Amino acid sequence: MRPDSSSSFGERGSGRRPEHPGRRPGRRPGRRRWRLAARYTLLTIGALVVLAPLYLTVVSSLLPPSALAERPPPLFPLDPQWHDYAVAWSQGDLGVYLRNSAIQTAIIVCGQLVTSVLAGYAFAFLRFPFKRALFVVFLATLMIPFEVTLVTNTQTISELGWYNTFAGLTVPFLATGVGTFLLRQAFLQIPRDLQEAATLDGYGRLRFLLRIALPLARPALAALGVFSFLAAWNQYLWPLVVTGSGNGVRTVQIGLKLLQGTEVSRTDVALAGTVIAVLPLLVLLVVFQKQLVRSLTAGAVK
Amino acid sequence: MRRGRESPPARTRSSRAVREAALGYLLVLPALAVFGVFVFYPFAANFRLALYQTPPYPGLPSRYVGLHQVGQVLASSGFLQSLGSTLLFVVMVVPAGLLIGLLLAVAAHRRLRAMAVYRVIFSSTVVTSVAVSALVFGTLMDPVVGLLPWLGLNPSPPILQNTTWALPAIAVMSVWQFLGLSFIVMSAGLSAVPEEVLEAARVDGASERTVFWRVTVPLLSPTIFFGLVVATIYAFQTFGQVDILIGYSSAAFEHVNLLVYDILDTIEVAKTSGQAAVLSLALFCLTLGVTLLQLRLVERRVHYAA
Amino acid sequence: MADVAFRGATRRFGGRPAVERLDLEVADGELLVLLGPSGCGKTTALRMVAGLEEPDEGEILIGGRVVNDVEPKDRDVAMVFQSYALYPHLNVEHNIEFPLRRRGVDAQRRRQTVREVAASLGLQELLARKPRELSGGQRQRVALARAIVRQPRAFLMDEPLSNLDAALRLQTRADIVALQTRLGTTTLYVTHDQVEAMTMGHRIAVLDHGVLQQVGPPHALYDRPANLFVAKFLGSPGMNALPATLEGTTAHAARVARVARVDGGHVPLGDDGAAAAGQAASLVVGVRPEHLALSPSGTLEAKVLLVELLGADVHVLCQLGDQTKLVVRQDASAPRPAIGDGVRIVVASGSVHVFTGGSGARLGGPG
Ligand SMILES: Nc1ncnc2c1ncn2[C@@H]1O[C@H](COP(=O)(O)OP(=O)(O)O)[C@@H](O)[C@H]1O
Ligand SMILES: [Mg+2]
Repeated sequence: MRPDSSSSFGERGSGRRPEHPGRRPGRRPGRRRWRLAARYTLLTIGALVVLAPLYLTVVSSLLPPSALAERPPPLFPLDPQWHDYAVAWSQGDLGVYLRNSAIQTAIIVCGQLVTSVLAGYAFAFLRFPFKRALFVVFLATLMIPFEVTLVTNTQTISELGWYNTFAGLTVPFLATGVGTFLLRQAFLQIPRDLQEAATLDGYGRLRFLLRIALPLARPALAALGVFSFLAAWNQYLWPLVVTGSGNGVRTVQIGLKLLQGTEVSRTDVALAGTVIAVLPLLVLLVVFQKQLVRSLTAGAVK
Repeated sequence: MRRGRESPPARTRSSRAVREAALGYLLVLPALAVFGVFVFYPFAANFRLALYQTPPYPGLPSRYVGLHQVGQVLASSGFLQSLGSTLLFVVMVVPAGLLIGLLLAVAAHRRLRAMAVYRVIFSSTVVTSVAVSALVFGTLMDPVVGLLPWLGLNPSPPILQNTTWALPAIAVMSVWQFLGLSFIVMSAGLSAVPEEVLEAARVDGASERTVFWRVTVPLLSPTIFFGLVVATIYAFQTFGQVDILIGYSSAAFEHVNLLVYDILDTIEVAKTSGQAAVLSLALFCLTLGVTLLQLRLVERRVHYAA
Repeated sequence: MADVAFRGATRRFGGRPAVERLDLEVADGELLVLLGPSGCGKTTALRMVAGLEEPDEGEILIGGRVVNDVEPKDRDVAMVFQSYALYPHLNVEHNIEFPLRRRGVDAQRRRQTVREVAASLGLQELLARKPRELSGGQRQRVALARAIVRQPRAFLMDEPLSNLDAALRLQTRADIVALQTRLGTTTLYVTHDQVEAMTMGHRIAVLDHGVLQQVGPPHALYDRPANLFVAKFLGSPGMNALPATLEGTTAHAARVARVARVDGGHVPLGDDGAAAAGQAASLVVGVRPEHLALSPSGTLEAKVLLVELLGADVHVLCQLGDQTKLVVRQDASAPRPAIGDGVRIVVASGSVHVFTGGSGARLGGPG
């Protein structure tokens, strides 16, 4: 198995040999192969460990109840039972929860995109007094974990009568400091000349935003969208607080807790629910890996 | 020197500037309103609430007690227990999560065959929610249908009821869940290390191991610090696993009463918002402390480099 | 089409004027070049016409109407930016079409117009490409196409050639002149390159530190520069400037002698020059390099510092006395001095310009 030319292993190949007169060329290919094997062994063990919990969950969810207790655990569902999925869907109200999660996520993603685009546009393109100070205020939100605001937020939601409503579920998350920062940065990359050319071509602020700025900021929009989706879909603490009493707007994450709690005997059903809940996100991961990585590492690389 | 004509254009300029400023505020307003109502106001309210004692029966007015309550809560055995568990939890989760993530990132940071598949696998746990990972691990650790007895690990009482093992069990599943993010952050840091620097070191005759420890790791240090903060905050904010798998019914509850769980418990069960506010501020200070510490460390490193 | 005018237009940045009380008219259909060194306020002046910059004082007129309060998009002028400002996410066709979409032109007509304009600039093969897939010259033409497709009342061009290599610049210079002649659209063209200005402009306006120095046809500015700045800025190399004193002790004596004393000798002033110089306290005389020659009978004594061969011409840089340097232009066929040689320089009669020593304003000279 020859590594690609761009790898650092490859670059130490025969082309560089004259520069390393001290090395023993005869032994190197063997050593390199050994190292490569070690690397793949490590990677494979890592992959198995990381995947095992999810994989066993999928397998178990497809086993007939009688096979659940088999030891060693079956590694492949020879006779897949889709029955549990139907049960989880209907009796566990999983269909309703999924729909609620979809609505909640859609509202949060759209809301965050809109508020971030608007504020990012203002911070990047408009002049107004206290702009810097306001931007610092936006960034300051990053220093306050949501958990710290729980005491009063629960009271606020209760006073607004927003318990068990989508408003209560989503409104606190309709704005994001990170998102505003991301979009401001993306907008600032757009040369001023482009903006002025568009002005002279007859495009006002709104049309400039729609026809020039947003298309050019697409990578940032995608990163923010994927990140918001992930964060919103996986929320646990706040939905638990807000949807405490009733199925009306309960999300799938809370649904999972109930599946676990109420039907202890039906482990297989709970596992089926787990698979259903995580599936949309695995798709997200495979399709939007690049955007996801970009958004998650936005803070790491200065 | 001023000409008589200047005033009309000056007026239109200022009116244009006023309109631009108005638009600016208008566009910032939606986000600012959300932040005001759901971030800054409730954050600030903690400072006031912390000074008032909530009566044990709803409906009675709360009583001003000043800093008395702050001291009381911070010195209470419940809080100390919770803080201890939380810190222990941080120690169990953070180094392991970062080291394994770094190890996998280094292993996968070569353009070799099938590497894309490994990368997706290692990143995958970033999309699993706390609820999902709690259910998955809850099943694996179940005394009846789980795998532990078969593996010869069957503590008694069952692991999640076990005062010794419940917290480590939660930590293991948290490390697993955090691994995806850790891997992604470390990989990004590795890609940002300029290839020329590594090549220069290799040309100078450094072994791969020397290159890694003497060049890659120092260059990676900002990433590692960033990862440290992210991991520590992640650990501080852990809640779902405890809520789903432990709860009060567990015999081990007192040993796994992480800070956020304690806060919610104080709000919803004890209904003493004053005490909850004190706990919230404690959590805030911990988070802030970690972040500031990271800033200091990164700054110092930059000074060394300069 | 329309004329464009500045009336006492002033624009300050942080209290410092970038353009100061500019009075300038660009006639309908004219190509006027705004020339000056980097940072002298050319772009600021252009942006005031476009409406991207508002004058602090004074007025901007387009087609005889004051447009200070008119929004940029309603001024109906097109600008070619130094950076071209092409929209990176749109292909060439959509870039060119972009201004038309906001002008209520129906899709059919738009396509037709875009194709015509593209064809006239040799872009028809490139319509589907994105800007990043184009060469510098092609991008420049797309920027031009986007400006002309609107048929605006005036073109504003900000150093449109500065990002091209030398050969392409020469070619494009001619293309723009031809285009402007064909369309007859009023054009305000900004450049810091005096060759561009001399070859392209119907008239040139020279700007220095935000202040207009002189306006006129290229030959008028070259032959009768209004001050030392213009004299030195036009021509390559520019006019030689020699601090001078009058021969004789009285103004009357000088007028009679018609000679000014400079480092290394004296120069003949001619009738006008002498008359004008008579009143001045201190003087600078200016002579173009082509009006100087090396000759044993010359009135100036100098030492050769540098000899530059430029193909047909040779530039000889000489030192006069301690302070003064000047350049002599001679034919490549003439005998060339060696560096360090002592030479004598003859000044062609009737070629000496006279400026005041203080402000540098022109007092007199040929023409
Ligand atoms: N937006 C601005 N803010 C502050 N100073 C500016 C701005 N635009 C131009 N200037 C200043 O005004 C002067 C003229 O600039 P400019 O018109 O761009 O010159 P030119 O185009 O002739 O090179 C320069 O000193 C420049 O620094
Ligand atoms: Mg300029």
